[in-house]
Amino acid sequence: MGTKAFWLATTAAVLIVFAASRLVTNDYVFFAGYVVLQYVVLATAWNILGGYAGYINFGTSGFVGIGAYSTVVLHKLVGPPIPVLILVGGIVSGAIGLGMGYLTLRLRGVYFGIATLAMAIVVQTLVTNWDFVGGSRGVYIIRPAHVPFIGGYIQYLFLVMLVLAAVAVAAARTIERSVFGFGLAAIRDDEQAAEVSGVPTLRLKLIAISVSCGLMGMAGAPLPYYVTYLDPASAFNLGYTANTIAMPLIGGTASWVGPVIGAIGLATIQQVSTVTISSALNLLIVGVLLLICVVVAPNGIVGLVRGKRRRAGRGG
Amino acid sequence: MADDLLSVDKLGKRFGGFVALDGIDLTVRAGERLGLIGPNGSGKSTLVNCLSGTLRNDSGTVRFDGNLLNGLAAHRRTRLGLARSFQLPKPFRSLTVVENLRVPLYYSVNARPGAPHLAEAAVGERCRELLRLVGLEAKADRQPQDLTQIEMRKLELARALAAEPKLLIADEAMAGLSNSEVDNILALLMRLGDRGIAVILIEHIMRAVISFSQRLVVLVAGRKIADGDPHAVVRDPEVVRAYLGE
Repeated sequence: MGTKAFWLATTAAVLIVFAASRLVTNDYVFFAGYVVLQYVVLATAWNILGGYAGYINFGTSGFVGIGAYSTVVLHKLVGPPIPVLILVGGIVSGAIGLGMGYLTLRLRGVYFGIATLAMAIVVQTLVTNWDFVGGSRGVYIIRPAHVPFIGGYIQYLFLVMLVLAAVAVAAARTIERSVFGFGLAAIRDDEQAAEVSGVPTLRLKLIAISVSCGLMGMAGAPLPYYVTYLDPASAFNLGYTANTIAMPLIGGTASWVGPVIGAIGLATIQQVSTVTISSALNLLIVGVLLLICVVVAPNGIVGLVRGKRRRAGRGG
Repeated sequence: MADDLLSVDKLGKRFGGFVALDGIDLTVRAGERLGLIGPNGSGKSTLVNCLSGTLRNDSGTVRFDGNLLNGLAAHRRTRLGLARSFQLPKPFRSLTVVENLRVPLYYSVNARPGAPHLAEAAVGERCRELLRLVGLEAKADRQPQDLTQIEMRKLELARALAAEPKLLIADEAMAGLSNSEVDNILALLMRLGDRGIAVILIEHIMRAVISFSQRLVVLVAGRKIADGDPHAVVRDPEVVRAYLGE
C-alpha cells in the first residue's frame, strides 16, 4: 500500500466507523467498541518494541495503569479535557518507559521480559499504597453525561479512542518504513552485527521503548472516565499484558497490519463471548488461539498470507 | 609513527583470572595487508573484539586514524572507518541481501559528521556496486537463508565494506570453504587493498595467509611472538614450535 493510499484508507476508515456509529443507538456497542480500539492502540504500541526491535515487553499493564492514574491525579488537581489527559498520560508513561529502558535494555530475551513484569508490579504496589489516588479502595470519577455536538459521553470516548488508534497505526507504519525502522529490524535480527554496522543500538531501543510505552499510557489515560470507578487491580490488570502480547503474535509482528488484525479479531471475539457465553472465558480463548497460531501460523496471520502469496508467485 | 592508521599500545584484556591478551603492540599502515595467525584460544578473536569495540580492553590504548578509541562504542568505531566481519556470518535474516547493505549505508556512511549525505538513489547505486564487487547481484532480493555458505561470507564482507572502512578486519572469512572458494574470497580481499583499504586477515589457511599478507603477526597465549615478513616469520623457530608444528 502506498503512503497516499494508506492515509486515504485510514481517514476513510475513521470516517466510516464514525458515521456508522451515528446510526447506532445501543450504548453497549460503544462500550465494546472502545475496548476493541483500545487494544488496537495497545497491540500496535507493543509491536513497535516487541515486533520491530524484538524486545518482549511484559509491562503493558504497568503502562496502562500509569496512564490511567496520571489521569486520576490530574482529574483531582485540575480536571482538564480528555485530549490533554491523553497527552499527559502519554508523556508520563513514555518518560517512565525511557527510564525503565535505560535500566533494562542491556538485558536480552527473558531477562528483559522479567524486568518489565517486575516494573509493572512495583508501580502497582506504589499506587495501591498512595492514598491521594484512592489507594486500594479505588477512586470514583464523575464524568459529564453529555458532550456538545457528540452526544453521550461513551460516544465521545469511543471517538477519542478511534482517533488515537488511527494515530498509533500511522505512527507504527511510519516507523516501519523509516531508516529508524531499518535500524530496529537490524537490532532484532542481530544486535552485535547491527552495532558494528554503525547502528547506535541503545539509543534506537530507548526511542522505541519511549514511543511504545507512551502510546500505551495514552491508551490507558481515558480509562478512569470509561469505567468511572478505578482501582489498582483493574488498572494494572495482567489481562492487558497477556492480550497485548497475544494480539500481535496472532496477527503477525513483521508489519503494522498484524497487530491491527490481531487486536480487532481477538478483542471482538472476547467481547462477543463475554455477553454470549461467559466473561471468565476471555483468557482461555486467548490461550487456545495462541496455541493454534503457534502450530498453524508461527508468523501470524500476515505471515501465513504472505507465505501463501510467495509460494503462489514461485509457481509451486 | 605518525602515519600509522591503527596503533595498539600494550593492550590487555583478562576474563577473571585468565589473561586473554597480554601487552599487545600492533600497528597497521594505511592500505597495508596484515595477516594475523595463532592457535585456537590464542586471543585473536578477543583482539578483534577489543579493536572493534564489542569488548572493552582493560589496559593499554587503541588509536585509529588520529582518534583514541578507548571506551568508544562499536558503532562509533565503525563510523570512524574501522569495520569488521564476523567469523560466523551474522546476516540480518529478516532483510533481503540488498537491504542488509542498506543498514551500514544509512547508519554509518550517512551518519558520518561532515560527509556528504547519500540520497536514496545514491544508496541504491552504492548497494548495486557492492553486490557487483562481491558477485551477489543475482541474489540481491533473496533472503540470507537462501544463500550458500560462500555467498553468506561474501554478504558478510559486502556489509562490512558498505560502511566505507579504512581498515577491514576479516575474521576467518574463509574457514570451511573449498580451495577455489578460498581463492575467490582472497581475490576479493586483494582488490580491497588496491582500493587503499587496509585489511587485517585472521586465518588458519596458511596458503591464503602467506599469499595475501605483506606482514604477518603471530599470537600465542595472548602474547605477540612474531611480527614481520611472512616468509621469515613462518621460519621463526618459536612460531614453528608454537603454531605450525615441527
